[in-house]
Amino acid sequence: MHWEYVIAGYSIVGVGLAVYAVSLIRTGRALARQVPPKRRRFLD
Amino acid sequence: MAGKDLRIEFTSRVVTAQILPFGFLILIMFGLAIPPELLVVGDARRSVLEEVAPALFWLAVLLSALMALGRAFAVEAHDGNLDALRMAGIDPAGVFLGKALAVTAELVMVEIVLGLGAFVVFDAPLANPVMLAVTIVLATAGVTLAGTLYAALAAGQRARDTLVPLLVLPVLAPVLLGATLATRDALFDEPGVAGWSWTMLLAVFALLYVGVGTLAFGPLLEET
Amino acid sequence: MTISDSSSGAGTEAQDSAPQNAAPDGASTGDSTPANTGSRGTRRLGVAALLATAALLLFGLVLSPPEASQAEAVRLFYLHLPSVAVAYLGFFITMVASIIYLRKGSLFWDLVAGSAAEIGVVFSAFMLISGSLWGRPTWGVYWVWDPRLTSTTVMVVMYIGYLAVRRLELPPEVRSRRAAVLGIVSFLNVIVVRYSVKWWRGVHQGETVGLDTQMDGLQLFSFFVGLVAFMLIFAWMLIHRFRISWLRHEIDEQALAQALAERRAETNATGLLGRKN
Repeated sequence: MHWEYVIAGYSIVGVGLAVYAVSLIRTGRALARQVPPKRRRFLD
Repeated sequence: MAGKDLRIEFTSRVVTAQILPFGFLILIMFGLAIPPELLVVGDARRSVLEEVAPALFWLAVLLSALMALGRAFAVEAHDGNLDALRMAGIDPAGVFLGKALAVTAELVMVEIVLGLGAFVVFDAPLANPVMLAVTIVLATAGVTLAGTLYAALAAGQRARDTLVPLLVLPVLAPVLLGATLATRDALFDEPGVAGWSWTMLLAVFALLYVGVGTLAFGPLLEET
Repeated sequence: MTISDSSSGAGTEAQDSAPQNAAPDGASTGDSTPANTGSRGTRRLGVAALLATAALLLFGLVLSPPEASQAEAVRLFYLHLPSVAVAYLGFFITMVASIIYLRKGSLFWDLVAGSAAEIGVVFSAFMLISGSLWGRPTWGVYWVWDPRLTSTTVMVVMYIGYLAVRRLELPPEVRSRRAAVLGIVSFLNVIVVRYSVKWWRGVHQGETVGLDTQMDGLQLFSFFVGLVAFMLIFAWMLIHRFRISWLRHEIDEQALAQALAERRAETNATGLLGRKN
């Protein structure tokens, strides 16, 4: 019993992680395009 | 430093004109919003309002404190005073403590008046006046010390009025807790609540923020 | 330079359709830095994280047995405790990075502090959600005001405040310094709130709702798998988030340099009298 809670929990956390991860990647790409290749990584 | 702030206060009278009435208003609104039912608590029969009076008092104080703190730094930011203070070579610890002291004095005055009002409106007993007095002093000190530090973090910003509460209220959770419980004991002499333990917590909190605040004001004042 | 990898999912999306940007400019390395925040390191990390997550799902949902008093709800614990660990880790990193930043003034540590805090808040959300969903079938309530939950909530709100301070419109060093102070004080405050409420809880009715269950070997192992998975995810996210902060910083610098250059060109063109030629 209580499977509903487990499923709810795993789904919310799973989807949440995925959404955040995807947003990180997409933001990263969008920003990186605006910066010249040499300056894209932290060099110091 | 504290003298300067207090002098500004005397001349502008914002505290008495705005913050104090605000505090009263909150107490009254609580009184309106809470139903007049009677409870049986232990051996006593009290109205709901009387039962939660300590909590309401401290909530009203906290909200008033937010206003007072917001003001404390509005005064400075206005003419770039913080820079002037820094360049005058005043010890940052002094700035911190001075500001805190001024706000504390203002708040204590507010609280005394609010407290009298609360006794009248809520019709609460008073079992232990000494404990109540100590609680008020320590809790206010804690609120002001922590509040001054966090208000400085938001100083000079348009978003200040919403940011300061966001920063300060979670931090003050232990103060609210301790002050409310200690006040309960001071008013009702509740057997399950050890008021003096909570006043110790308040003292620890205040001391902690004296230390943290004096240390942190150094870097904070370095505004280029 | 890119490693092509057939597994799908967030961890490896970096190379799926990355528009590999233009020609490497003359400089040295011979590699062109792609227009994203991925790298060989993060791809490997991402794969590892995905594998660990798969393992977590396997152990957590399938292999490990339901617990005596909590039945299936214990499975939420494999999410909850790792979330707690990662959230606290993130905020701890923020505190340490803030301390280092205040002493050294280096941009790197400032960006680390900010990134770690944001990820900490994200995992805190998961912590609170998984915690309530676990609590409902176990204790009957979604929430309770005990010392641990209260101090944890206070902590999360404080770091949301931290993120707000990071967005204030101030000169960058001023803003970073304020945020650093807040980052340090917030963590100290967590400790204070935590212990103060615990020390004195004896005098007040509210007691901590505890775990009085024993976890057996397999359950413990599942929890361990969860911890590993979440740590890997955290590391992956931290690196990406850091790079995003760095890129944002670079863009701001570019904009600033450009504005200055325009201003200079304008004053040159208009001459001493301020009138256009």
